[in-house]
Amino acid sequence: MPTMLEVTGLNHRYGKGDGAHVAVRELSFSVDAGELACIVGPSGCGKSTLLRCIAGLIPPTGGSVRLHGDEVSGVPDDLAVVFQDYSRSLFPWLTVARNVEFPLRWRKLSKQERAERAQEALDAVGLSGVGKKFPWQLSGGMQQRVSIARALASKPALLIMDEPFASVDAQTRFELEDLLRRVQREQQSTILLVTHDIDESVYLGDRVLVLSKSPATIVADLAVDLPAERDQIATRESAKFVTLRGEVARLLQGGPAAPETAAETSDEATATADAAEWEATEEAAAETGDSAKEASH
Amino acid sequence: MTQVTDRATRLRSQAAAGISGFARNWLVFIGAVAVWELATRLAASVFFPPPSQIVTTAVELWFSGPASQLFLSETVFDHILPSIGRCLGGWAIAVVLGVGLGTALGRSRTGMEYVGPLFAFFRAIPPPTLVPVFMVLFGLGPGMQVATIIFGAIWPILLNTVDGVRSVDSVKVDTARSFRTPAPYWIGMVVLPAALPKIFAGLRLSLSISLILMVVSELIGSLNGIGHELISSQQQFDFPLMWSWIVLLGILGYGLNAVLLTVERRVLRWQPTRNDDG
Ligand SMILES: Nc1ncnc2c1ncn2[C@@H]1O[C@H](COP(=O)(O)OP(=O)(O)OP(=O)(O)O)[C@@H](O)[C@H]1O
Ligand SMILES: [Mg+2]
Repeated sequence: MPTMLEVTGLNHRYGKGDGAHVAVRELSFSVDAGELACIVGPSGCGKSTLLRCIAGLIPPTGGSVRLHGDEVSGVPDDLAVVFQDYSRSLFPWLTVARNVEFPLRWRKLSKQERAERAQEALDAVGLSGVGKKFPWQLSGGMQQRVSIARALASKPALLIMDEPFASVDAQTRFELEDLLRRVQREQQSTILLVTHDIDESVYLGDRVLVLSKSPATIVADLAVDLPAERDQIATRESAKFVTLRGEVARLLQGGPAAPETAAETSDEATATADAAEWEATEEAAAETGDSAKEASH
Repeated sequence: MTQVTDRATRLRSQAAAGISGFARNWLVFIGAVAVWELATRLAASVFFPPPSQIVTTAVELWFSGPASQLFLSETVFDHILPSIGRCLGGWAIAVVLGVGLGTALGRSRTGMEYVGPLFAFFRAIPPPTLVPVFMVLFGLGPGMQVATIIFGAIWPILLNTVDGVRSVDSVKVDTARSFRTPAPYWIGMVVLPAALPKIFAGLRLSLSISLILMVVSELIGSLNGIGHELISSQQQFDFPLMWSWIVLLGILGYGLNAVLLTVERRVLRWQPTRNDDG
């Protein structure tokens, strides 16, 4: 598989002088075409910053990003981003259907083709009947799905997603995860997805990149050797899955990666407990973040 | 049976609510007119004719035309329509210039830094004081009046547009950029809609300024128009006539604002805070 994305020695610093904050430090990795790579990292470590550099929305202060072998300067062609702040990313003056159609507006598509494609994308995320509503008339989870539908409708070669399933219920989340894997295989697209959820990263990814605390550097790059066909229940119960999630959890806590061979017998129970504990802290962090956001509005 | 009575009571209470809504809006107004009528009749001053007389004069003045002109009199065609035309024409030009310039300046990084102080200065000049200047430049007539209206009406629109187009939410800016939105779509589907609530606030302000400047410019230097007729009726001591022009101006101001509000409500239907009236 040819390389789709190549990040070398990426650095990003916000501000200058004393008040400067290094969000990303010396980060290198590459993603092959057709791959689904998940990035997990602690809250505030610089994941969104990394994605914004890759999408060409901010110029990194150091290092380079290459897409299809071309240096990224400015937003490259054929890329779509699902932003973490989905409610602010939707246009409140456009109906849901028009929001989804938005990236197709300037393509050579007839009005009808455009509407059909938007409808397809909305159907795919389970929002068939809400096209005529305005985004603010929908719940948070529904808005998030609209922004996913909008990105899917534009059928990008590289899809960048920043915690896309953070505010949907478990059942919808499972459906969307499966949808994403299906769409990715059908459209041969490459996906780079940031998540807080260790289980999700392992279930979704062909690879999991684990980031350190701020400033973000890569702690580990794990290949997920689960079968391509995944099943929400069976896959999550498999020994391989449990081992992997334990490994990711341990890496996130700053511990050394358990050696592959030992992982099988090494207490699965501890690994699971680790993962659960990690998630609990993460959730708490996310919640405080959310309430802070609300207070500032 | 109970259903029928239910519906009847509901209808009655709806009617009552409708009447009370109407009453709240107009009761005080009607009361004020009644008091005005009574007071002027008792005072019997030539300067303050009773409203009934003003209305009679006004109807005579405006609706004495032939049926072929929808009963509109010559006065309407000679004075009222030209006035409204100048007011709306000047305002429309100010809207186009204000929104266009405001968008360009607001989205450019340094534009406002260059022209900001200049605008603040121009805006501080009370527009009526420029009537003499425009009179020299354009002579008596519509040119001078339209120029005065444009000069007075453009600032609220321009400055509000600048403000509005700058306030586009950063995540929406990023979203549009990530889709590589071409400039026309970026301006038309993101920047202007985001700025519309502010632009409309400017439009309403500038519309009332336009009406004021229309009258003022006609009072000072004009050969026809509402302001011209108003001042000449005063000079002829025809006070009922004078008052009927004043009443007309009130009606015009109210009507224009109501129309603009209706348009605004339609255009900004998407705003969450407006959903209760749509
Ligand atoms: N525009 C900015 N200016 C200055 N500092 C910033 C800016 N954006 C982010 N930061 C800082 O950079 C760090 C990384 O932020 P970033 O949003 O990339 O984190 P994150 O990993 O996406 O966090 P989360 O998981 O909560 O979304 C944070 O400490 C944040 O305070
Ligand atoms: Mg983030």
